[in-house]
Amino acid sequence: MKIYAAIAAASLTFSASSLQAIPEGMVKIDGGVFTPFFDKDKDGNNQVLNMDAFYLDKAPVTNLDYVKFVAENFKWSKSKVKGIFAEPSYLKHWSGDFSFSNNLAHKPVKNVSWFAATAFCENQNKQLPTMMQWEYVAAADETSKMATGTDTYRRKILDWYGQPSNGEVSDVMQGEKNVWGIYDLHGLHWEWNLDYNTALVTGESREDSKLNKNLFCGSGSLGAKDKLDYGAFMRFGYRSSLKGNYTVGNLGFRCAKKISLQ
Amino acid sequence: MKNFKFISLFLVLVISVTGCKEESSVADAVKKDLVKKQIVGEEISQLSYAPNVPPPITRDHPTKVIVNLETKEVTQRLADGVDYTFWTFGGRVPGKFIRVRQNDLVEFNLSNHPDSKMPHNIDLHAVTGPGGGATSSLTAPGHTSKFSFTAAIPGLFVYHCATAPVGMHIANGMYGLILVEPEGGLPKVDKEYYIMQSEFYTKGAYGDAGHQSFSMKKALAENPDYVVFNGSVGALTGDNAITAEKGETVRLFVGNGGPNLVSSFHVIGEIFDKAFTEGGLIANHNVQTTMVPAGGSTMVEFGVDVPGTFILVDHSIFRAFNKGALGMMSVSGTEDLAMYSGKQSDALYQPEGMMVAKAAVVEAVATNPAERVHLGEKIYQNNCTGCHQSDGQGLEGAFPPLAKSDYLQNKLNSIAAVKNGLSGTVKVNNHNYNGAMPNLGLSDESIANVLTYIYDSWGNSKLVVTPAEVSNVEPGGSSEIAGH
Repeated sequence: MKIYAAIAAASLTFSASSLQAIPEGMVKIDGGVFTPFFDKDKDGNNQVLNMDAFYLDKAPVTNLDYVKFVAENFKWSKSKVKGIFAEPSYLKHWSGDFSFSNNLAHKPVKNVSWFAATAFCENQNKQLPTMMQWEYVAAADETSKMATGTDTYRRKILDWYGQPSNGEVSDVMQGEKNVWGIYDLHGLHWEWNLDYNTALVTGESREDSKLNKNLFCGSGSLGAKDKLDYGAFMRFGYRSSLKGNYTVGNLGFRCAKKISLQ
Repeated sequence: MKNFKFISLFLVLVISVTGCKEESSVADAVKKDLVKKQIVGEEISQLSYAPNVPPPITRDHPTKVIVNLETKEVTQRLADGVDYTFWTFGGRVPGKFIRVRQNDLVEFNLSNHPDSKMPHNIDLHAVTGPGGGATSSLTAPGHTSKFSFTAAIPGLFVYHCATAPVGMHIANGMYGLILVEPEGGLPKVDKEYYIMQSEFYTKGAYGDAGHQSFSMKKALAENPDYVVFNGSVGALTGDNAITAEKGETVRLFVGNGGPNLVSSFHVIGEIFDKAFTEGGLIANHNVQTTMVPAGGSTMVEFGVDVPGTFILVDHSIFRAFNKGALGMMSVSGTEDLAMYSGKQSDALYQPEGMMVAKAAVVEAVATNPAERVHLGEKIYQNNCTGCHQSDGQGLEGAFPPLAKSDYLQNKLNSIAAVKNGLSGTVKVNNHNYNGAMPNLGLSDESIANVLTYIYDSWGNSKLVVTPAEVSNVEPGGSSEIAGH
């Protein structure tokens, strides 16, 4: 329910804005046709999505970006945040409400809940990217918009997913950018999506093929487009382990923005 | 469930046979059974790392057992010089051994370490219920999931992670064993050990140094680089060998995490007195090798009567000697020579017809050229036809012909070749041959006879060779014939 409310709220916000130029720090993602990872709808038909164009942050939100937000929105500080919106481990890598060690400034913010990330994006007249928007852009590598089937793409992602998340990641925008001009979708951390819990992968990934739910019908493997796309399996599995108030040490976010029609 | 069925059957039988008089004793039996299942008390389960096993349960009643298990992603040694990032239950591969008693109420707390990249869950084969616990235990990094189950069925069960992609979570090391002891416990033994086989699919080949990542391609092809006991090459060898003393009984809890291969578990030099096939309750006796399916187990018991080192292998044998599936059990104590003597002697072995034995045979001596040809033919058949062929044609490109061979024009060269062997390039009838000819160890008489046979055959020059001529050619290493 909360998701629909959030989407509705976001839509209202955006209808008021009028944008021509590409917002600073964002990239325009062209619309196109996209076959999602779980490509069967509830009736078992193949589904192909027509993606509208949208803007997406070039880089994940950093600790520096986030502390500016907290300074203006004190209710999202460590000491003031409400327990139903974020776990006690919220921003646990910060030493105080507005303080963290200098070297964290340009690293992606982590230990933030879905509610906090949503509030951050709304504060900028943006929203979290939907799962399909995120996956659409994340399917690209440096040279191709749709690289998910290639060995090098898979290898790179598997190698990263195979490493534990201990130790600090590097600053944002240090690695290669993909063909859209977007950085760090793979290789630094996980990211929240607006509708992260709508791919109905249950805790028991092997029975999910039986699920016939509306929206995106998740299925553990029988419904998957490409059984070799282990990266996608892992992302969907990861998302389904989350709740809106969870704050996790390898989970951050970036924002997206609708392109309003004049 | 089985017990209830059994009891109700019993009830029907008793009532139908003996009538209502017996009803009260039946009710007592049912009551007794309920009492047996009543949970009394609470305890925190003591878990153990392989190859150790928690101590046997001495309770005579079920209790509430709290199991706290942590999933953790760690980079550790897979083989000497080779690291791998394992996903673990408890920080090592295999996961910690869990020991409970039949009808215990198990409260399971699965904690996922905050540094984990992945969410994890647990499917315990000891659980009857959807997902074996997996539906209730998907856990994000930095969280703990709690669920409970009754360990109703005794046996030795595998547990593993079942988060998508399931194969990869298992391939990275997420499995272990849970033992549900039957009421009354298992028979007492002197030593108990925990051994779990599994395989690893690495980007590089076996032994390639450095950090190795998971190879999905090899996993799909079910072609592992490593097949190991207890999570790494050498985890059970040398100083890490399991131990026992002569005269003791040993019980091995053997699991197979897979993800793909079925194990042919064998202890070299032992026979399992009992093998509880597939981890169930029926013991097969006097078993040499027992199958352990992927996602399955077996429990074996045997007495150790002879000291020494006993090798544990997957008898699908290339896995043992080329991929790491090898462990050791070191048995100490005094030798029992009647049970196993050790090496008692080392004597020369001379099968009939071998060269060394030939010396004792009285050699036939030819008295004229016709006899030489006759005797020489037999020698030729026994020694020469493999290469030069029975028709003396040789094999093109490999062995030179003897029929109409220009090499035979020089009798002394011919004798030297047979007497001393040949190596290097030989030119015969304008073709070069590089194969070596061995020194066949023939007597002068035999050489004379076989050469006479060769000269007599296939349109050759009919020369006769005598033992005296052979004797005159210098013995030595193989003749180097250059520029012939």
